[in-house]
Formats: sequence, structure tokens, C-alpha cells
Amino acid sequence: MNAPTLPGALTDNPGLNRWVAFPSKGKVAIFTGKVEIGQGVLTAMAQIAAEELDVALERIAIASGDTDKTPNEGFTAGSQSLQFGGVALRQACAEVRALFLAQAASKIGCDVKELSIKDGGILRNGKASGQDYWTLAGAVSLAGNATGNAQIKAMSDYSIIGQNTARLDLPAKVFGEAAFIHDMVLDGMKHARVVRQPKRGASIASVDEAAIRRAAKGPVEFVRHGNFLAIVGENETAVEAAGAAAANHVVWNGVEQISPQQQEASWLLQRPSIDRTVGAPEPTGRGKTRHEATYTRGHLAHASIAPSCALAEYRDGHLTVWTHAQGVYPLRNTLAQSLGLEPKAISVRHVQGPGCYGHNGADDVAADAAIIAMQMPGKPVRVRWRREEEFAFEPMSPAMAVKVRAEIDDKGHPSDWTAEIWSGTHSARPGSGNLLGAEALPNPPPPAKHADVPDSNGGGATRNADPLYDIAAKRIIHHLIPETPIRTSALRGLGAMPNVFAIESFIDELAEKAGKDPVAYRLEFLTDPRARGVIEHVAKMAKWKAGLPAGTGRGRGIGFSRYKNRAAYSAVIVELEVDETIRLREVWCSTDAGLIVNPDGAINQLEGGIIQSASWVLKEQVRLEGTGVSSIDWDTYPVIRFSEVPEIHIEFVKSASDLPLGLGEATAGPTAAAIGNAVSHALGARIRDLPLTRERIMATLLAQ
Amino acid sequence: MTARIDLKVNGKTVSVAADENTPLLAALRNDLGLVGTRFGCGLEQCGCCMVLIDGAPVKSCTHPTASAAGKSVTTVEGLGTHDKPHPLQQAFIDEQAGQCGYCLSGILISAKALLDRNPSPTRSEIAQALDGNICRCGSHNRIMRAIAKAATQLRAGKKQ
Repeated sequence: MNAPTLPGALTDNPGLNRWVAFPSKGKVAIFTGKVEIGQGVLTAMAQIAAEELDVALERIAIASGDTDKTPNEGFTAGSQSLQFGGVALRQACAEVRALFLAQAASKIGCDVKELSIKDGGILRNGKASGQDYWTLAGAVSLAGNATGNAQIKAMSDYSIIGQNTARLDLPAKVFGEAAFIHDMVLDGMKHARVVRQPKRGASIASVDEAAIRRAAKGPVEFVRHGNFLAIVGENETAVEAAGAAAANHVVWNGVEQISPQQQEASWLLQRPSIDRTVGAPEPTGRGKTRHEATYTRGHLAHASIAPSCALAEYRDGHLTVWTHAQGVYPLRNTLAQSLGLEPKAISVRHVQGPGCYGHNGADDVAADAAIIAMQMPGKPVRVRWRREEEFAFEPMSPAMAVKVRAEIDDKGHPSDWTAEIWSGTHSARPGSGNLLGAEALPNPPPPAKHADVPDSNGGGATRNADPLYDIAAKRIIHHLIPETPIRTSALRGLGAMPNVFAIESFIDELAEKAGKDPVAYRLEFLTDPRARGVIEHVAKMAKWKAGLPAGTGRGRGIGFSRYKNRAAYSAVIVELEVDETIRLREVWCSTDAGLIVNPDGAINQLEGGIIQSASWVLKEQVRLEGTGVSSIDWDTYPVIRFSEVPEIHIEFVKSASDLPLGLGEATAGPTAAAIGNAVSHALGARIRDLPLTRERIMATLLAQ
Repeated sequence: MTARIDLKVNGKTVSVAADENTPLLAALRNDLGLVGTRFGCGLEQCGCCMVLIDGAPVKSCTHPTASAAGKSVTTVEGLGTHDKPHPLQQAFIDEQAGQCGYCLSGILISAKALLDRNPSPTRSEIAQALDGNICRCGSHNRIMRAIAKAATQLRAGKKQ
């Protein structure tokens, strides 16, 4: 007989004491490698642990993202925390529960079948036995590994999972407590700002220290290591002023001019690329007709509400780093490589930061703090990037172009489908050796390898490029552009948003050619019942009507995807008005995410994805000019404001599955597509390039 | 030139050492340890650093500490506490209005200023009052619902 397989992260961290402990009477400690990034994951993890252990939620204390304490679960990313990390924690708790029940049965001298657990107390035939987790803790060793044999609770017995549960972290934020890494203060802490190397390989020609000191209007010192230059001091106001002024008083060699054309996705089409094709062999050419269209999207910034921040201290040969990065272990390994330390000489601890939505400046600022701290042993150092620095130097989501061509059969359905994609990488996280500050050190690590997220992990530029519809032959041609004008990496959903925008726009174009209603047309060749379920449900929610006239200035559109083709299913309908600009009126969303741990938390995530995607589609594009990014504040990189946010209605399609499907990134693609399709309906003409700016709308109107 | 500046923060008279460079935000966070008022941009664009000065909403990231001398400053810490939350804070928790929560301090202050001058705002009036505050996570609708709820409770409280 084969040993049962352990879910996800439990295989890598099988020791039960890596997940659960009973530190003191009435308390349960849970350890998770996943971190809170504003998505409510720790609340959901606490629910899972409380449910499976049969203890009250209030007894749970969670430690998360600490290389000295918690399991290594890689990054908190890709809508995978509950689908993989949560499922691992659930199994670990089930195993712990089973060990305690076995111990209790032996101590009491009864059959384990007579026992149950209520809020940590062991019941025998429903009556208190006098034993509980804490009386037995000394006799039960959790040093062993998970076996996969313990039975998890049946969904029908759930009383905590599936309940709306208030976020554990929210009160501290509502009462203005020191909830964020930015608020951390260490004794004797120095503030620092970095004078950023404009690009890899650039070297410092001169520094006018006197001018920078004058701008500081307070005492500051300079820390220089190779081409890494930082300004350090006790007074943050002086350090900030010096940091802001420094750009004008440091001269660099090896800086190149950038052309604004490089900000456009169309620039990618002529660039050298690493090419591959996956899927069906060459097109059959046997369709009745053909259709082809190209969709583009510019670079996007994560544009976190606050710039990244980190603290570090190097004392007695040990480096401690406090960070809001998404992966403490990968950051530790990359810091070790970059700084010439052993990983065990570094502790990396997660502290909450502003929502990041992917790989922003969090890892880089942690490296900055570490580099400076190692130059001044014994002194804790806090680095907070400047707003302009975050916008200019965080890794961006790459611009993408997606060309779709299809052969159409006599029913008007696509019978052969090709998606051809041009994009920079969506993955340059630490682990692949990418820390900005390290590039300025005397012996910089080699440039990161040119690679994208493997398809087996959901793909980067190819994420969601494979349409879920029933199409006989499908293929993806992927052009990975190794040299991009700016550093690119992971943003919420990676390539899913541009790909779903392309696929679902294209499907609408095919429906129009076939003279069919977009909702009915989709259902004609989509057999996956859960996919059909969300589309039919959202159409009902929005009271979708076929045949509404196009070109009236008011439009409705639909978009659908199953995120990564293996996480949550989501369908979105958008209603909007267009004259010179777009006004979103109302949004409906139906999602099937399997087991929902915290319904209100899940809705919050889906809604956040809808609003953020609307912001991307209506407004956002990174601008390039001079020597780099020129969209360096909220005026030049505008995002959606309160008065532009529509009413949003979200409902779940109930699922019989006991597996949660990742949903944090599920709505971004469908929303982008639904907006695009609604604009096309409102205008009677399609815009295939994002963002849908006033200029593009005016040009489309003028061309009519 | 560093000078001692006296001001009233959340009802308490305090004194800070500040020069002409020191923004009120830095004085609050670094000198007074009131970290609830957050740094977002330093450019008066995002609203994370909003405080009330003599009841009027002000972005404290560029506001000189010296010009708040002798005035009354209210920060998010001055609204309420766990034990005695302001109706706005309670409504934000009830509506689970937030994701990362970084923007919330400034938004609570903007909302307080709104409800002080308009006790019965419409959704559109709430939205307009918050257009100087950025929320990047997409909690806008929850936040607006929470403010409407707090407005209802404050009105009910006044009638009693």
C-alpha cells in the first residue's frame, strides 16, 4: 500500500511541531509560513486551525513568516495560501488532534471512538473526561512527522470554517496602533535613505556631500560601499531631506537615456526573444473563416499605498531583518548570497506592511537595510523608501502584447486557436538573485537568469492564456523578451489579466461575427459545469438581456476565467457609460471557489480585485522618459478614486468541494475583459489597448 | 533653527522640538510616538497622513509643525479606543472596511471631518469627501458603507 500523500507544504515541513504547539494552559500556537498582506490570510488560518483542533478561535495565536519559528512555505503569492498552505495546516491539525485523542483513550482506558473534543476539552460519550489538550500536552510528542493518515473533519461538521469572521488584524489599524513595519522603533535606531544607482552597472562619478548636508539641515552621515551610497542619521526629517536632494548632487557614469516608445507594449514586438510553442501542432487551416486581433497593455506599478520599509540590525555576527516581503526564506537565502553570510547567520521576520499585490520594493528595501546595518554593527537601521523611489525603482508588471487568431467553424465557434504572447518576465523575485542594492556592491551578483514562471506553477506571461472553452486545437506561442527597459516581476495575477482581457475580448468579437449574444455564445462551447455555473449565475444576478443595442453610450459586458485554469472560477458583468471618459455604474460577480473559509473575507478579496483591475484598465500605465520611470507620484500615476468606484454585487456559487480554490487574483482578468467588452458595446467600436484612456476613446470616436 | 512648539494633540498640551523643516507628521510620529498617522507619499496626494487642525482636515506630511503652534490637533488615536471606540471606528470594524488598512487612519479623519459638517451624507457626498484619500486595496465600498452606518448611529445618538 502506498503511503498517503501529504498536502503541499506539509511534504516540505512534515514535523507537526513546525505547525502546532500548546505553549500554556488554554492557548494554542499556530505557525504558518504564509504572511498577512492585507488579504486576511491569518484570520482564515486561525479559523482552519480552530476548526480542525476543536478549540475556540480566541485560543489561537498565530506566528507567521519568521525564519526562526515558522515552516518554510516559500512566497505568499499566487492565490495559493489557502489552496495549499491552508490545506497543509488543516492536515497537520487533524494529525495533532488524532494523537491527543489516542493519548486520551490510553490514559482513560477507553476506545477512542467514545471520545470527542469541545473547545480543547476531551469529552467521553459527550461528557467532560477531565482531560484536555493541555493536561495531555506533556505526554504527547509532536516531534514526529505527519503521516497523512489522520482523517480531516467532514464539512458537514464545520462550525467555524464558512462563518464570517472578523479580521484579527483590523482593530489595530482602525485605532491607529503600531500595526505596520513603518511604525517599528528599535532602541538607538538610525534612519537611512539610499541614493539609488540609476541602473545596474552605473558607477558614482562624484558626490557633493556638502550640498547634501546643507539640504539636510541636520546631522547626517554617508555610508558608502562600492556604488551603494546611503545617508544615515538619527533625525528622519534631516535624512529624508538629504535623500530627496541627493539625486541632484550625485553624478553617475553609465546612465542611459530611455525612449518613451519603450513604455508601449508595441515596442516588444520587434525585440529579440526566447521563443517556445506549447499545445497543438500547426493550425489545421480547415476553418470556414478566420479572425485575428492583437491586444496590449503597458507596464503597471504595484503602487502600494506607502513606500517600502525595512529594519535591520547586525550584532555579534548575526543579521536580523524585519521586512514586509512575501517570502522570508527566499529573502534570507538571497541576502546570504548577496552579503556573503551563511543563511543560519540571518533571521528574517515578517512585519505587516501596506498592501503589495506582488513583488514591489519590499525585498529591495530589506537588502538596503541589511547592507547599511552590516556597515554599522550594533546599530539598528530603518530604511523607508521615498515615494518617488518606490514608483521609480520597484519591479513593474511587464507590458504585454497578445495576438489571438482563430479558425472559425460553420457554427461560428473557434475550432483552432493560437495565442501569441510577447512579454518580459513576470518573475524576478529573490531566489533568482534580484536585490537592487546588491547590484551596487563591489562584487555584484550576476544578473538574474532570463526565465518566466514555469507553466507547471501556473505560468507567468502564459498564465490563463489557454482558454477554458471547448476548442479542438489550441496552442500558445510565448516570446519571452529578456531585455526590457525596466525591471519587471510579479504583480497580482501575472499574465492572467492581459490574457483574459485578450481571450474574452476576442470571444466577444467572435460572438458579434456570429450574430449571437455574448453570454449565450460562451455557453455554446463551454462544458465545464462550474464554469457554466458562474456565467449563468452572474447573468441572472445582472438580469442580463440579449440584444441591447450597441453604440448608445451605455454598455454592458461580460468576462470570465478560471484563474490559472485550476483555482477559482469567476464571471463578472460590468455596466458603464462612456462619453469622453468611462463611468463605471454597476458590477456583478459570481465566483465558485470551492470551500470558502471566511465568506466576508473572500468577498473583500474578490471586490478588491475588481476595483484594482478597474483602476488598471481605466487609468494605469508606467511612463518612461529621460533615464527611467517618469510616473513617480500619484499625479503622474493616477489610480481609481472613491467617486469613480461603482456599486459591486458579489455572490458565490455553492460548491460541494471541501477544497478551497485560490481566489485573491480571480476577478482581475474577468473584470478587465468585462470593462473592455462593455466599452465596446457602449461605443459600437472596440479598443484593444489598455489603459482605456480618454485619448484612446476620443480617437475611437473620431474614427467612427 | 530648532524651537519648542506647544500644541494641543488629542486634548493634551504637548511640546515638541522642531525646526522649520519638520512636518507635523514627523513630530507626531517620531517625537510624540503617535504612529497612527501614517506616511504615504509626503506630497499631499494620498491622504494617509490626514489630521484635524482646529477641526479642519489637513495633510500633515508637508504641514509645518510650527504653523500648528497653539492649535488643536486630532489624530486617529484621538477618535476612540478599543474600550470606547468612536462610532466611525466601530462601523469600520462592523463592516470589515479595510484590507491592508494602511489608508484607514487618514480616511477615518476625512470621514470625521465630513460627518462634522454633514451629518447625513449621500454615497456620492461620502465619495467626494474621500477623493483626497487613496485606497489601493479596493475596500472603497465597505469604507463608504461604514461611514454611512456611523452617520446613522451618530444621528440616532444625538436625538437621544
